[in-house]
Formats: sequence, C-alpha cells, structure tokens
Amino acid sequence: MNHSEHPVQRVRVTSPRVRRPRPPRRTGIAEIDRQSRVGEIYMASLLRAQLRLAVVVLAALAATVGMLPLVFLGFPGLNDILILGMPLPWVVLAFGIYPVLVALGWVFVRAAERNEQAFADMVERS
Amino acid sequence: MSTGLSISAVVVVVLATLAIGTWGLRFSRTTSDFFVASRTVRPRLNASAIGGEYLSAASFLGVAGLVLAYGAEMLWYPVGWTAGYLVLLVLVAAPLRRSGAYTLPDFAETRLESRAVRLVSSLLVVAIGWLYLMPQFQGAGLALRTVTGSPPWVGGLLVAAVVVINVFTGGMRSVTFVQAFQYWLKLTALLVPAFFLLLIWIGDGATPPTAAETGVSGALGSAWGLPMTSDQPYVLYTTYSLIMATFLGTMGLPHVVVRFYTNPDGRAARRTTLVVLALLGCFYVLPPVYAALGRLYAPDLITSGHSDMVVLELPARMISGYGGELLSALTTAGAFAAFLSTSSGLSIAVAGVLSQEFTGRRLAGVTAFRIAALVGVAVPLVLALLTSGVSVARAVGLAFAVAASTFCPLLVLGIWWRRLTDVGALAGLAVGGVLSGVAVVDTLSGAERTGWTDALLAQPAAWTVPAAFVTMIGVSLLTQRRRPVGVGRFLVRLHTPEAVPLDRG
Repeated sequence: MNHSEHPVQRVRVTSPRVRRPRPPRRTGIAEIDRQSRVGEIYMASLLRAQLRLAVVVLAALAATVGMLPLVFLGFPGLNDILILGMPLPWVVLAFGIYPVLVALGWVFVRAAERNEQAFADMVERS
Repeated sequence: MSTGLSISAVVVVVLATLAIGTWGLRFSRTTSDFFVASRTVRPRLNASAIGGEYLSAASFLGVAGLVLAYGAEMLWYPVGWTAGYLVLLVLVAAPLRRSGAYTLPDFAETRLESRAVRLVSSLLVVAIGWLYLMPQFQGAGLALRTVTGSPPWVGGLLVAAVVVINVFTGGMRSVTFVQAFQYWLKLTALLVPAFFLLLIWIGDGATPPTAAETGVSGALGSAWGLPMTSDQPYVLYTTYSLIMATFLGTMGLPHVVVRFYTNPDGRAARRTTLVVLALLGCFYVLPPVYAALGRLYAPDLITSGHSDMVVLELPARMISGYGGELLSALTTAGAFAAFLSTSSGLSIAVAGVLSQEFTGRRLAGVTAFRIAALVGVAVPLVLALLTSGVSVARAVGLAFAVAASTFCPLLVLGIWWRRLTDVGALAGLAVGGVLSGVAVVDTLSGAERTGWTDALLAQPAAWTVPAAFVTMIGVSLLTQRRRPVGVGRFLVRLHTPEAVPLDRG
C-alpha cells in the first residue's frame, strides 16, 4: 500500500451522541450559595436534624428533672428514706441532678457534631 | 469573729484581681480586644472564665442563705442556674457564636435587619445588667459589714472601684484571665472549708440537720428538709415558675452571651458550654452543705435575717481559734472573688452596649468604652444604696425572669424560625419586658401582697414567658410581608459548620 501519496484522513471514532449534554454537576455548596430549591432542601435537612436533636434532649430534661416537683408532691413516702440524715428528695436536688445535666450535654454535643459532619459530607460531594 | 485575717483576704483578692488584670493589659491593643478578646480564647480557659463570671454573690452566698432559711425548695435555684446552661447549649450556643455578632443587640439587628429591634434590645441589656449588678453591690456591702463592721456602702463602692479600674486597664482579654482565676478561687474557697466542717460535724456525732428545731417562721425542723411540703400555698406554681425563669433566662443574660463570642468557632462554643456545665455542677453541690450545717451550728442567723452570711460565719463558729479564722478568711476571699468577677462581666456587657449605642457616636472606640463603663457601674451602685431588703438570690432571680421573658424568645425564634419578623420581635420584647418589669418593680418596692397576686408577681416567668412567645409568633405571622430578605443567608451562617466553604453573607 502506498501511504505517502494518499494520506488517510484520520477520524476519531466515538460513541454516538444520543443524549443532551449533562448540565455541569454542582456541589451542595454551590446550590446553597445560589439559594436554589436544592440548596433550600440541604439547609432544611440540617435544620430539621439539629432541631429534632434539641427537642429530644429538652424532652429528656423535662421528663427527668422537670418531673421532680410532681414526683415529690405525689410520693411523700420518698421523704422517709434518709441518706446521711437527709431525706432522699433533698439529696437528689442538692447533689443528684448535676450528673444528669452533664450527661445530657455530652450526648448532645456528640450528636450535634455528628449531624454537622453528615451535612458537610453531603454538600461537599459533587 | 476576728477581722484581721478576713480583711487581708479581701485585700489579697483585690490586689490579685488588679495584678492579673494589668498583666493582661499587654495583650489588649484594639477595640476588638476590649470587647471579645479578639476571639482566640481556648475552650478550657474560656469555660473557667464563664464559670468564674457566672458564679455571682447569689451563688456563693445567696444559695446557702436561702436554703438555710427556707429549706429544700430553694435548691431549685442552683439546679436551674446549671440547667439553664444545658438549655443554652442545646438551643443557642453554636448558632450564637456563628452569628458573628458582638452583643445581643448586634444579633437582633443582623437577624431582623432593623434598627428599632436593636435599640429595644440595647435598653433591655442595660436594664437586665443593672438589675443583676445591684444585688452584687448590696451583697458586697453586707459581706464587708460582716467582716469589718463597716457601713454597707463601703463594700459596694470597693467592688465598683476595682471593676472600673480593671475594665479601664484591660477590657475583656485581661478579664478572661481574671475570671478563670476567680472560678478556681471560688471553688477552693468553698471546698476546703466544707471538708473541715464536715469532719467537725462527724466528730460531733453527725446529728441530722433535719433534727434541729429552730423556732423560726417558715419551714421548721423536719419539714425544712423536704421540698413540696411547705405550708406556703401555690408552691407547685412557684416551683415551676422558678424552673422556667432559670432554665430559659440564662441564655438571655448579657454577660453570659458576650462570652460566647470569644470562642474561635461554633464547635468550640458547644464544647466550652459542656465544660461549663461540669464546672457549675462541681460548685453547686457545696452551698447546700453549708446550709445544712448552718441549720445545726448557726440557727440564729435565720432569726436575725442574716442567713445570706452563713458561708462567711460558719467556719469561725464551728472551728475555734486560728484554723476557723483562716477558713473564714478563705470563704470571705471567695465571696469577694464572686462580687468582682460577676460585676466585671456585667459591667463589660453593659458598657459594650452603652458605648455602641450612645457614647460611641462622639468618641473614639476605647475612650467611649471607658466612659460607658463608668456610667454602667455608677447607676446600679446608686440603686443598690437606695433599695435594700430583697435577698441577693431573689433579686438575681428577677433578672432571670426578665431575661427569660425577652431575650429567650428572641434568640430561640431568631435562630430556629425563619418566619420571625421585626414587628413580631418588637411586640414580643415589649410584652415580655413590660409584664416582667411590672412584676420586678412591684417586688423590689416591697409591696405586701397575699394569695395568687403575690405568687404571680414574685415568680412571674410562668406567665410572662409564654405571653412573650405567643405575641412574637402571632404578630410575626400577621406581618409576613416584612420578613427580612437576608434570612436564608443568615440561617446558613448560623447553622453550618465553619469548615464548609459557604457564602455566609
């Protein structure tokens, strides 16, 4: 074959373009910055997760510490239990509540940071 | 009671406070340093500082005094003051830091894009700050009188003078060191004497404090140890109203909020708050010990109306000689640390707002701040000299009720509810502020009331807080066309972690 006389025009063969070109994919960050509908959904999901967590922790506070006045009123028998000469309700109010508060706070901080990490992973993915 | 050691203790605390304040001066260079320590304070140092600032005369003296005089029901005060931090952590800590504002009025203005809301918030910050400073100065006067026999105004003036000097020289940065130092001083000042007092008590045969019959009105003998059994009616209402004021009021205290802006980011703000919770819990188990022992060893304080002084008097009464004097001097030092730290924090918060709103218009940044500090301290000092007779912890309780009825709804709705409008916020602040303000003025004026009127006015939070929330929500829903345009961007700033590179407006 004589290649030098008729150099063959080379053509790149690719698959046929049957679909519309994809719009450039935006990250969640870009969507939020544009304040698009998608961005709104990203933000709403973060807010809902954090608010649900807050409500759960506050409900736990109300169900434990918040119920104590009613418990003391409803069960006067608790007063007969003495610890170091002091009635049980006194001891609970003076010393017992603080560990519960710190524990609730610890659970909240961990869960809130997890929610934020999940949000960051979601919006940084493209 | 020997005075020499206790006076030296007061002098040492004052000098140490001034020395640490001056040492901090080397770091303070810009207006930003003065306001928020240029936002570089680490969580653990910051948590100690918050604890030091928060544990006021009401915590150090007032709680033990109230529990001594009125019994177990009063234990809800320290519980509420700690739980208030949990509510603050859960609802506002990180968003408040991320809002990027210096003060509560800054937050209000940025969120609602309204100068009017800013102005009303400023007035409320000053009002709450003064209401809270007043009992600090009163407590200082009482404490110094107990120690030296000086007239009541001397102690208040001393504390006011030290605060002004400290603010003049260092602003917030040096105050951060002072406050952190004072938390540990206060903890030591209650912990060490309590240890010795308990040893004495056990040596005396460990008589149960509930056995003490003291023959005073109010909770007697065994009933003293029991909550919910006092013969006072409406006790369930009063307890829940107190819970509402303290749980929700903490987030609205101006000196608490300004501390959050010193955290580097929202995550650090949360961690700081958690450490604060633990520090407060460690501290608040101690005052009840003094109250219970005071029932046995100092019951005459109840009859003489000086129960607020039980923490100062108890060591010298239970331990004779040099040891008792030394321990009393230690608790006196702690008490003055409490007066100084809380007053400094409040003065800075009030001065910050005053200088931004009023003096800052004419004067350069730092000068305006100093003038404002002078005014911010002088007014409550005069008020403290004019009014008296309300117990320290109760007066502070009223400040909490006002904060819970005004800034709590503003912060919670501002952070979590995008439909809040400026008109709604103004209406809510007005309703909450006026209703709780009326109750405060009535209580401070010492008017004698009975029955439900007395209960509703002495502990107003249970009805003023819901009224403020309902007004704020209702009026906002009616004025949806005034919803601020930048609210979407602002919520992005409040709730997204700083590491994500978003446009935060």
